[in-house]
Amino acid sequence: MTEKKWPETWQEVNPGCMVFRPGSAKEYHTGSWRAKRPIWDNAKCIKCGVCYIYCPEGCITENADGFFEANMDYCKGCGICAYECWPKAIVMVNEED
Amino acid sequence: MGKRIGMEIALAAAEVAALCRPDVIAAYPITPNTHIPEHLSDIVAEGRLDAEYICVESEHSAISACCGASGTGARTFTATSSQGLLFMQEVLPIVSSMRLPVIMVIGNRAVSGPINIWNDHSDIMYQRDTGWVSLFAANGQETVDMVIQAFKIGEHRDVMLPVNINIDGFQLTHVVEPIFMPDQEEVDRFLPPYKPFAQLHPDKPMTMGALGLPEIFNEAMRAKDEAILQSKKVVLDVWKEWEKLFGRKYEPIESYKTEGAETLLLTMGSMGETAEIAVDDLRKDGLPVGLLKIKLWRPFPFEELRKAVKGAKALAVMDRAVSFGGPGGPVFAEIRSALYDEPKKPKTLNFIIGLGGRDVMVEDFIKMAKKTASTKKLKPEDAYEIYGARE
Amino acid sequence: MSTANLNPKKLFENFELYVPKLIEKKEYFSPGHRACQGCGEALAIRLMCKALGKDTVITNATGCMEVISSLYPTTAWNLPWIHVAFPNSASVGSGVSAGLKALRRKGRIPDRYVKTVSIGGDGGTVDIGFQALSGAMERGHDMLYVCFDNEAYMNTGIQRSGATPFGSSTTTAPAGKASIGNKTWKKNVAEIMVEHGLPYVATACHSYPIDFMNKVKKARRIKGPSYIHCLSVCPTGWRSTSETCIKLGRLAVEAGIFPLYEVEYGKYKITVDPPEKLRPVTDYIKPQGRFRHLTPDQIKGIQDRVLMEYNKLMNKVNHSKSWDELKAI
Repeated sequence: MTEKKWPETWQEVNPGCMVFRPGSAKEYHTGSWRAKRPIWDNAKCIKCGVCYIYCPEGCITENADGFFEANMDYCKGCGICAYECWPKAIVMVNEED
Repeated sequence: MGKRIGMEIALAAAEVAALCRPDVIAAYPITPNTHIPEHLSDIVAEGRLDAEYICVESEHSAISACCGASGTGARTFTATSSQGLLFMQEVLPIVSSMRLPVIMVIGNRAVSGPINIWNDHSDIMYQRDTGWVSLFAANGQETVDMVIQAFKIGEHRDVMLPVNINIDGFQLTHVVEPIFMPDQEEVDRFLPPYKPFAQLHPDKPMTMGALGLPEIFNEAMRAKDEAILQSKKVVLDVWKEWEKLFGRKYEPIESYKTEGAETLLLTMGSMGETAEIAVDDLRKDGLPVGLLKIKLWRPFPFEELRKAVKGAKALAVMDRAVSFGGPGGPVFAEIRSALYDEPKKPKTLNFIIGLGGRDVMVEDFIKMAKKTASTKKLKPEDAYEIYGARE
Repeated sequence: MSTANLNPKKLFENFELYVPKLIEKKEYFSPGHRACQGCGEALAIRLMCKALGKDTVITNATGCMEVISSLYPTTAWNLPWIHVAFPNSASVGSGVSAGLKALRRKGRIPDRYVKTVSIGGDGGTVDIGFQALSGAMERGHDMLYVCFDNEAYMNTGIQRSGATPFGSSTTTAPAGKASIGNKTWKKNVAEIMVEHGLPYVATACHSYPIDFMNKVKKARRIKGPSYIHCLSVCPTGWRSTSETCIKLGRLAVEAGIFPLYEVEYGKYKITVDPPEKLRPVTDYIKPQGRFRHLTPDQIKGIQDRVLMEYNKLMNKVNHSKSWDELKAI
């Protein structure tokens, strides 16, 4: 599918407003909503993956070393990961800092 | 090779719907269309049709199930009338917006208040703006032909719109007529298997029914408008092909004895056949009267209408529904709108007849034609008349 | 990776701690969706999709999840998905299920099983969608229905639904001098679904993700109708903090307010044991602004009713017999 510029012309709109690009919501970076961001202290992290499982955005991923980090393009700063972290390895800090 | 047999029109509609090989049928019974879902369930139960038959618990669910099935790429069919159609109303514009070619036979019946199970057009008139292609059958043969044509029209890649076929409740649904019933081979030759534009399947995940923000809704409506307008070309092509294969001709507006006619009657549906007899009688008495029968209601055939009324001095539009608080009958309003810019147009009167199954006789058509011919000047308050209301 | 036949207790200690790393990694519900911060329902959807896998078609009622995930021209869904209207997720689902069945039988789609899953919020399930749900489940279509219950019509602004708990303040049943807020107890749709004779009915919560995902997997295997009622915490509507989203779900379970159980072929089973002594309901009520108007007496009334409902369920669990067992009596 060729990339169309938004907003589309009436000829460009897909019939029925069907969307043929699964997962294209990724184009919208919800990270701009954030007031706080999570910071991982890998010294405390036990690599359990609980933060990954509880993120409503699904933006926390495991890196090559087995530690976790949130994708700042999407993290809304809800604080669930920090709250649920067993060894308290995640801390929420203000965005401005 | 098809056979000419006598059959109740509702049963015939079900038989040909089955010949079109629908994959999913979801219908809820409501008088007077009941015989259609009943007979289709018979056909499936006997093993004559390989389809999923869903005994839905309401008409809203019927049309919703058809949406879901059509979304997966299945050919779908349903049927309803009156209150059932109104219960579906919330979903009807969505079906056309989503470009799902659901086919529906409507056994036209009066809309309630008071409840009335007999024939008029009020149910379909509530659906003018829903973006469905709408055909009107005047007899059993047209019913059978239009059901098959509807699948081809709706599924055409240039259309991709739902189609409804309107047949008068009881007046057509419960009447036995001689009908040339095509056989499976003839239908298969005319109607290829359904190739959907998009399908709900994990091999190619896609989203149907997205949310349209103000930035895009306007364009989506423009596109939908274009689709229904373009569908007319496909309707005409399909009718041309039908004539070649089956020898029966269809036009958006069929003219009956209109040569030299000064007064024209305009009908939709089975009342046209009664009007034909009236025209014959009037012509025998030397009165230059003709008849126009609308077969394509949506998209409205503006060009054909303007051409058909050229030269006529007076036009009587027969409506079978009232647009309360409006300019009279819905068809009348559309005709007036179509003719508004014409430099020469016939004086147009509106007779609202046959409400709630009220019988309209040949004599009534003769009376209305004569009144139309003799009316010299039309006062705005006389533009429409609910014919025959006892005073 | 199939963990179906492995005994987790034998694998390693603290299984619950490490099991997140064993679940499906693909995100079928992609980030970029417009749900509120800390949305429990979005998390629940994300987990459900992981448990379902790619051979799924989803039908979605109008509501929070539909609106935040499908703004044309983008979609957060990596699965085939259809939305039609508010009351008809279950009826659209019955059409999808029938369509897939017919097309597979006729060889027009590949010959492999694709699950139909209809989802809706409490509005689209318990109230406006109730007829369609009951009809679809009664007809026995091969489909799973999951209700994501955040206990009010959240998408339109936190209005009261049939699933709104007693004493909760919503925008159409607000608390005030003359009203306690919502005056009726939550409609128990899971039990209504059991009475529809479904082979599998379960309650779940995103705060117990593995339990929820196991239930989704179990329901997916049923070749017939199944129903899961998933409590979804809504920090916006419940007036609680976004980070306590998971905690609140746990409190609801630990206080016996929302027991997690499943009914398999008629046999009731508690799947997450609450503590020996149930937590007092105040623990659950205090962190939520929607209950802050409640007096201690009113909370006591709620506590009594919660215990009654919990005991009612436990009575069923203790005396429950499966359909086969009942036939053999």
